[in-house]
Amino acid sequence: MNFKHKALVILLVLLVNPIIGQNCTYTFSGLVEDFHDKSPIVDATIYIKNLNKYTTTNLDGKFSITNLCQGKLVIEVSHVACDTQTIEVNLDKDVYQIIDLEHHIEELKEVQIQSLTGVKTKTSQETLIKTKTLDRYSDVNLGDALKEVSGVSSINTGNSIVKPIINGLHSSRILISVNNVRLQDQDWGVEHAPNVDINSAGSISVIKGASALEYGGDAIGGVVIINPPKVILKDSLYGKTIISQQTNGRLSSISTSASKGYKKGWFVNGQASFKRAGDFEAPNYNLTNTGIKSYGFTINGGFKQFDKGFDIYYSNLSNEIGILRASHLGNTEDLDRAIESDVPLIINDFSYDINNPKQDITHHLIRTKVYKRLKGLGKLSFQYDYQHNQRLEFDIRRGGRSDKAATDLTLQTHTLKADMKFDANPNRIFKIGISGGYQNNFPELTGVRRLIPDYDMYNMGVYTISELIFFNGLIFSAGIRYDFNHINAKKFYIKTRWNSLNYDQDFSNIIIEDTGRQFLTNPVFNYNNISSSLGLSYKLNPEHSILFNYGLSNRAPNPSELFSDGLHHSASRLEFGNLRIQPEQSHRISTTYKYTNDKFNIAIEGFYNLINDFIYIEPTDVATTLRGSFVEWEYNQTNANLFGVDIDATYKINNNVTFSNKTSLLKGRDLSEGDALINMPPFYTINKLQFQKETWNNFYVTLESEYNAAQNEFPDDDFFITIPTTGENKKVRISQPPNAYHLLNLSTGFDFNMSQTKIDVNFSVDNVLNTSYRNYLNRQRFFADELGRNFRIQLKINY
Amino acid sequence: MKSIKLLALLFISTLVFTGCSDDENPVEENEEEVITTMTVTLVPQGGGTTVTLVSRDLDGEGGEDSDITGGTLVANKVYDATIKLENETETPAENITDEVAEEDEEHQFFYQAATALNATFAYTGANDENGNPVGITFTVTTGDASTGNMTITLRHEPKKPNDGTLADAGGETDISVPFPITISAATIAK
Repeated sequence: MNFKHKALVILLVLLVNPIIGQNCTYTFSGLVEDFHDKSPIVDATIYIKNLNKYTTTNLDGKFSITNLCQGKLVIEVSHVACDTQTIEVNLDKDVYQIIDLEHHIEELKEVQIQSLTGVKTKTSQETLIKTKTLDRYSDVNLGDALKEVSGVSSINTGNSIVKPIINGLHSSRILISVNNVRLQDQDWGVEHAPNVDINSAGSISVIKGASALEYGGDAIGGVVIINPPKVILKDSLYGKTIISQQTNGRLSSISTSASKGYKKGWFVNGQASFKRAGDFEAPNYNLTNTGIKSYGFTINGGFKQFDKGFDIYYSNLSNEIGILRASHLGNTEDLDRAIESDVPLIINDFSYDINNPKQDITHHLIRTKVYKRLKGLGKLSFQYDYQHNQRLEFDIRRGGRSDKAATDLTLQTHTLKADMKFDANPNRIFKIGISGGYQNNFPELTGVRRLIPDYDMYNMGVYTISELIFFNGLIFSAGIRYDFNHINAKKFYIKTRWNSLNYDQDFSNIIIEDTGRQFLTNPVFNYNNISSSLGLSYKLNPEHSILFNYGLSNRAPNPSELFSDGLHHSASRLEFGNLRIQPEQSHRISTTYKYTNDKFNIAIEGFYNLINDFIYIEPTDVATTLRGSFVEWEYNQTNANLFGVDIDATYKINNNVTFSNKTSLLKGRDLSEGDALINMPPFYTINKLQFQKETWNNFYVTLESEYNAAQNEFPDDDFFITIPTTGENKKVRISQPPNAYHLLNLSTGFDFNMSQTKIDVNFSVDNVLNTSYRNYLNRQRFFADELGRNFRIQLKINY
Repeated sequence: MKSIKLLALLFISTLVFTGCSDDENPVEENEEEVITTMTVTLVPQGGGTTVTLVSRDLDGEGGEDSDITGGTLVANKVYDATIKLENETETPAENITDEVAEEDEEHQFFYQAATALNATFAYTGANDENGNPVGITFTVTTGDASTGNMTITLRHEPKKPNDGTLADAGGETDISVPFPITISAATIAK
């Protein structure tokens, strides 16, 4: 309140008082204090609305208004950085009242330090991708968007199945949290992309390493936190629609969302999206059967106030994804033929049809949460969630069976969580939590041996984390978590296989039935894991800051590592789990240096990750079958280390021109074998030059250069096959990574207003030079090139 | 109070959900498409000893390697050959040859003799609807005495028509078995 206002108020009070104050002798007094820590709030304004009277609190947070008449008072209590509160008091005697205001200390801080907005942790290597950036990825995959973060790459099967890799690790080593629900969608497989519609996300946080213990203790690679769009508690109705078109794949996508909020706290919002594409194109040929059809929607509603609230969230996502026809193989001879051929062995004309092989995946997620703030203590919340994930994989089959899925797995997960955040003192925040869950996997009969068996899994976790701010700029955090996992499976083993693994010696007690050809077994395992993290961040001055973090995490083997049993047609390989697998343990040390000023920003992140009993899959044997030969791959354990540096820098050349760079270098070694680890992302550097002018309707144009080096460090898994006619032994070259490549991408756009509506138009060209290249981290690199030139146009309407 | 009620409801609902899991044992998968056994019967034209080649892999992929029985053929003779495919994991064994015959347009057998083996092959029997060979029956014409592998391959969805080589046909390999063959000159004329 400035001086003018104050003067006006005083004047008003002086004027009003003599007139209506005559026969009135009551006093309304009280104390205004902070909701969290009960400290008095100085200089809060007490305004009696119906009498037009003002006062402010003194140094003790106290106030007093005298000479009031009998009757009802409508009082508005306000303070900068607090939510304004309105109360009613019936005055028939002197009244003394304590008023709690919610002091937005955290949010204030966020306003001051823009980059920290929405960040979940303060002492780990966390990067936030904001809505505006995510919107540009509306027509692609989550895994593509996450590459905005330096050090994050992806492992792909084609271009529609994209799994994030964080600092060299992926799948079960990455935890994905959607709206505070740990995604349970059979994430163990490399060809199992996360079931998340990027359009349902408001912002995404990527945390490298396992330091975000409240989400789980086993995320050795990192945590991806998908936050829903922010609920705005005003009487408002707003929405957004994004329409995209791409030339490559003739892709169309539309996503729309609407949100309705009420000042009192009620809110409801919904979002729906649809995407369809036909066969994508490499520069020189069609990628036959790579179409995708995907739709999803979410609805979310509830009641949200500072001190209490609840919400219910439901999301549904369905993806039908074609798998490159030429990647479906019979045996290793076929694989060799495919590798030796420069072009895919099957190329047809463009079509929107999605034929076999294909995946059809549906994921449902329902969550409900309630919370209550306890005065002077903190926030208590409870959450229940249920997920239903069905994965159908269709193969090319004989005898009219192609319409029947070859794999049909249903995974259901229930989780119950409770946590208490003690934040009364914003400089000493503690959080404790407990969670329990039950999971069931059910494979439907398909006429093909089960890849993953029937199992029940129970888990329980308890954690405590703390965040201590010692003085401005020094933040210390620590956490510890205990997880218990119990898995109870029922699995068939072919007797000869059982014996060749020497399971007859170690596991004969788990056989529960002998069917003649197979044993039905009942493996039951319990895992107890401890994880912990320690972090420190220090702001030396406004320009320099540093961060250290240590994380210990343990990960229990997933069902695939223990039990998988079957043929992968795209790799002509048989993959076998191993009942002897034990949890793996990671020690990760990381440090970050950040420099910030008006012109130049840089973050350099380094890490070293030592993983004991690292679970990996390796070729062990070549099996001869009626179909010819197959390489047998089996899960095993070794000691490994990964280390690397990620750089993210921007430099403002002038008000309109910005240069930025993202660079990442990573090494992964198998310490027992002295060999490189497989599928490690090669060195890459992305340079971007952007011209932007706000006065020209926020016009921008960006030229991006992306260089990916060849991976020179890889294990030699090549093997030999015999050519029938000549009897010659021939090497099948599955190990050699593809060459380095360089891509140019261009994008431009502007926005304008039409009455109440803001419209953004974006246009971009990916792979401008139509470069033919293959990516080491694409499982289909043996068969086909990556996508060729692609023109994209996007229209975003905010209303 | 309201929230406690809600929570209680949630806890109960999870109990109900988890309570549904059944303890029944899963049913053994009926592996419908597995070809465990290929039998090739070679009947010499103009009389003589019938030769039977067998490849059998009862435990499927990943167990023990398949068992291959080759044979001895007589030099300079023509044999009428018939292929029989079976799934012996089922009782009685399922005849897979019928499935191949039904989908004849999508299948084709190929025969290859190792360079050292003096044998040539020709398709016989019914062609598919488009007049292209399927190859469930064929002839083997032996040359002079020699030894080497005779490889029989079944391709699913090959290019049809093709020039008779695997390279041109493409498709996926359903079967690929090298049978060790000896062509013996020593014959006693009857």
